[in-house]
Amino acid sequence: MATNTTATTTALAQAAPIIAPKSVSLTQDAWRRFIRNKAALASLIFIGIIVFAALFAPIVAPYHYATQDIKATTQGIGSSGHLLGTDRLGRDILSRIIYGTRISLAVGLVVPLMIVLIGVPVGLVAGYKGGWVDTFSMRIVDVFYAIPNLLFIIIFMTYLKAKFQHVNGGWLLPLKSFDTATGGMLGVFLGLGLLSWLTVSRLVRGQVLSLKRKEFVEAAHCIGASNSRIITRHLLPNTLAVIIVAATLGIPAAILGEAGISFIGLGINPPVPSWGLMISEGIADLRSYPYMLISPAVVLSLTALSFNFIGDGLRDAFDPWMKK
Amino acid sequence: MGRYAIRRILLLVPTLLAVYTISFLLIHATPGGPWDDADKPITGEALKALNEKFGIDKPLWRQYGDYLWNALHGDFGLSFAQRGRTVAEIFHDFFPVSLQLGLIAILLAATLGITAGTFSAIKQNTPVDYFCTFGAIIGISAPSYVIASLLILLFANTLHLVPTGGWDGFFSRATFVPAFALALGPAAILARYTRSSLLDVLRQDYIRTSRAKGLNERGVMIRHGLRNALIPVATVLGLSFANVITGSFFIETTCNVPGIGRYFVKSVSGRDYPVMLGTVLMFAAIIAVMNLIVDLLYGVLDPRIAYE
Repeated sequence: MATNTTATTTALAQAAPIIAPKSVSLTQDAWRRFIRNKAALASLIFIGIIVFAALFAPIVAPYHYATQDIKATTQGIGSSGHLLGTDRLGRDILSRIIYGTRISLAVGLVVPLMIVLIGVPVGLVAGYKGGWVDTFSMRIVDVFYAIPNLLFIIIFMTYLKAKFQHVNGGWLLPLKSFDTATGGMLGVFLGLGLLSWLTVSRLVRGQVLSLKRKEFVEAAHCIGASNSRIITRHLLPNTLAVIIVAATLGIPAAILGEAGISFIGLGINPPVPSWGLMISEGIADLRSYPYMLISPAVVLSLTALSFNFIGDGLRDAFDPWMKK
Repeated sequence: MGRYAIRRILLLVPTLLAVYTISFLLIHATPGGPWDDADKPITGEALKALNEKFGIDKPLWRQYGDYLWNALHGDFGLSFAQRGRTVAEIFHDFFPVSLQLGLIAILLAATLGITAGTFSAIKQNTPVDYFCTFGAIIGISAPSYVIASLLILLFANTLHLVPTGGWDGFFSRATFVPAFALALGPAAILARYTRSSLLDVLRQDYIRTSRAKGLNERGVMIRHGLRNALIPVATVLGLSFANVITGSFFIETTCNVPGIGRYFVKSVSGRDYPVMLGTVLMFAAIIAVMNLIVDLLYGVLDPRIAYE
């Protein structure tokens, strides 16, 4: 793309034999600049470890997350057999953190996916169609924006929890079974996904509004491309950078969001280990057993930190103004 | 500008109405009622009398209309959980605490964030910059309740400088931990905005001009740099303020502060419909008004912005 204009000019100026510059695609170029960013690369490695722990939790973890060692409750960090100690019920904290990666990563994967699957089509269509479609969808976005986020999530999670309790049959039953089997994860997905697509839809709409006046869209119109083709083949690829960055930065937000609602007691159901739940148990016992809080808090913060670094790294890598 | 402001103010009405409708439906669709008491369930005549007294026996559309009508007249109803007290009285007890905590936190956040952001922009790509940027990204990644509990551990349990929790008014040592923990997130966001905005401004021609005419570096930074760079920051500050007072629930729980956030969660699990609806409406109004102020302020601060 635009990278090689300067290279070509210098080559011409030197009147040296002109070597055709190797063309580099946007993603290749972005990737090259991304791996030069040390913080982002280190974060990527850390996330790799977390993913490994989540995939092979039963093998990696020394105990099952609910196994109780009744003779060894509230053991501190570094006690024999329990590297990070045990909680009040004698459960191994390291094992619970390792199993907890599954919850956090699942939330960090599904919620941004929901954001993209709802937010991107809304933004694309609203921006491209304009008129009443645009007004209507942006009004809805405005209304959702006006709802106090946290309060709404609390009300909504309470609703879902109570609703699933009363389901005994019908089409909701499979959803309920899934929710129970995963320790309440479905509810967390819905609660967090419901409001977080708004920002992405606005971002994409803004991009499309400026893109659709560009010559290449007009050219596509002239050769008779259909609206859906213009949207999917011309507009979507050009907004991809914005979408990728927004989705990546949505991951830490979702992970911290899950921890937050589990902290209130409306997210993941015990004994399934969520880092947020472990933190809230740790805070309850802060005075006597501070180590119970520290390990899950550090892992949660480091994970969110890594995804933030990766998101920032991607943003810089995709930003054409950052090119050297 | 005037017409734009009027249109925006008028738009508040349908927005708040929609927020009320969504919350009302969701709250009433939630299974379980306010009188579900596991130990001594209320049944028969007593239940009927209670439902009648609080108007829950009426059809849903009547309840919807009644609450809305009363709320418009400033009456948010009677609390179900605290018998004999109105929602207004409960707000009066809990809201000022959250508001004060939010004010201190946002002042702290603005001071910290803008200072850090300015320094990292001026000293771009030096250790100072890396330190501030790194600090900001930690502030975004660590949840406020974790920070608060670590601060309690350090300052209350180990150093015995502050109490472990509670609320003792605006200027007291007990305020330090919750205010600081609450401030760190917005401070980090403000620092990032200040940095990128100031870097943008410093590339402008008028900065080069002011340097060329011999203005000293401090003058350039303060009179021309910061003054322009803080315009977008001011808008972020307004939005953070709304978030801080509504999102203080975690801190209020961790630090035992008797604020409205903590009370709200209690009212949700107790199905205290009037308190829930009242809180949502009040916070929605605060956020909407803050948004409006921010948007209008933008036009005042930056004359280049024109409203249709």
